[in-house]
Amino acid sequence: MLQLINVNKTFNPGTVNENHAIVDFSVTINDNDYISVIGGNGAGKSTILNLISGGLIPDSGKILFDGSDVTRMPEHTRAKYIGRVFQDPMMGTAADMIIEENLALAFRRGKRRGLKWYITEKERQSYREMLSELDLGLEDRLDSKIGLLSGGQRQAVTLLMATINDPALLLLDEHTAALDPKTAVKVMELSHKIITEKNLTTLMVTHNMKDAIAYGNRLIMLDKGRIVLDISGEEKSRLTVNELIERFSASSGGELSDDALLLS
Amino acid sequence: MSFNFTSFLNSCPGALAQGILWGIMATGVFITFVILDYADLTVDNSFCTGGAVCAMLILGGMSPAVSLIFAFLSGTLAGMITALLHTKLKIPGILSGILTQLALYSINMRIMQRANVSLLKAETVISLKNIPHSIVIGAGFMVVLIAILYWFFGTEIGSGIRATGNNSRMAEALGINTDTMKIIALMMSNGLVALSGGLVAQYQGYADINMGRGAIVIGLASVIIGEVIFGKNINFAIRVLSTFIGCVIYYLIITLVLQAGLNTSDLKLFSAIVVAVALAIPALKKGKVKGGDR
Repeated sequence: MLQLINVNKTFNPGTVNENHAIVDFSVTINDNDYISVIGGNGAGKSTILNLISGGLIPDSGKILFDGSDVTRMPEHTRAKYIGRVFQDPMMGTAADMIIEENLALAFRRGKRRGLKWYITEKERQSYREMLSELDLGLEDRLDSKIGLLSGGQRQAVTLLMATINDPALLLLDEHTAALDPKTAVKVMELSHKIITEKNLTTLMVTHNMKDAIAYGNRLIMLDKGRIVLDISGEEKSRLTVNELIERFSASSGGELSDDALLLS
Repeated sequence: MSFNFTSFLNSCPGALAQGILWGIMATGVFITFVILDYADLTVDNSFCTGGAVCAMLILGGMSPAVSLIFAFLSGTLAGMITALLHTKLKIPGILSGILTQLALYSINMRIMQRANVSLLKAETVISLKNIPHSIVIGAGFMVVLIAILYWFFGTEIGSGIRATGNNSRMAEALGINTDTMKIIALMMSNGLVALSGGLVAQYQGYADINMGRGAIVIGLASVIIGEVIFGKNINFAIRVLSTFIGCVIYYLIITLVLQAGLNTSDLKLFSAIVVAVALAIPALKKGKVKGGDR
């Protein structure tokens, strides 16, 4: 459903800070793939997500959605295909707007916005049900400002917003990294539940090796803007953290140096 | 230099009328500064554009009420230019406003062909000569405006504009064309500013090339005074109303300090200080909390 073909991206070209972040990058993401993406700092994980979402435009190469070229399509147009959760819980919601306004905005992703009222009574009912499934007591707080919620609550609502109208592709950008460990587990489990229930094609960037192994049917490891490991199915389900580290060293030709990645 | 309470009371109706008429301009500033989170400096001269358009059309024989529609439209054009400079040509927001504002000075001179156009002999919708009538008409505009804005910012597009101002990255990710939202908001805002300029020109009986100088500061002062009194967590309609009330209070204070003996030419300094202090309050409060922690 999504193809990246020979994509390149260089930051600060022609300066001392030149950084060839993504190098001749090609990958095909199939329908219903549930991919965890790992890699050290600067491996290009976030850059890839931004290239897919349209936040960044590649220097060369092509990005195809179901065969049609979206390489230069602006982010807000491409949004009709993509639901997204950012690392920063503040990023995915509008703090000064109330919960139901945020959900209603997300519900209209990919639809034409006109001069109708921002929400219907029917929607309000369904939002209440969706929120009660989160089990965070938010179903009675539809008219609370999002800014009053905790980081975990905000991330749960963002997750709901990203998946509310079954996106063709769900992008999770280290979406539990900024949460405390207990909340991180909860949000990860919630994500897994929604992804499997709705059978969403998902690209999940994570710092956490255990999560990368535990969740998803495919694992991609990045290093210096390239894919160094891409395994799926049986092979992935048998993977262990130690094996992953070994295979990383073997394929990238170096030691895994990023402590953050090892320790988590 | 003695304060005369009776003469202050006498000038209160005038302050009320001015507060309401300029309050329409302040509402324009509310749309950009508060809702869109964009400091738009076009205001200082799009205000005059509205006044100039109104004055020239009235002198050309148009009905003063209809001329207000054209004043509004002239403002939306000014807002559109600022918005296009910013969104399509990627010029920083403040600079886009300054550029349009500067260009408008020449445009306004072209429209009026001189620095000051008198309407004293012309028929106008409102006038300094009948302040109570002007207050009633101004209040009518205010009520209609509050109703329209309450409706508009509750629609899908209005809600998209609010999302753009609140978190533009999220808005983009949710498929909202933030450029279009900025264009709509800046056009609306400057349309209101110019409408206000048209009304003020009719009220005071002339349009002047400098009539909008410092308008942005008056607008900000009104928004801030309104926020201080009513807070932010209130119904949207009341927030817009609070800007009008803020503007009336601003003009009452101005009347007061003038009565107390301040020169008219000191007013800009006074207004700037009031706004600077009001804008600094959040930072000052934060600094205090930090200090207490240590």
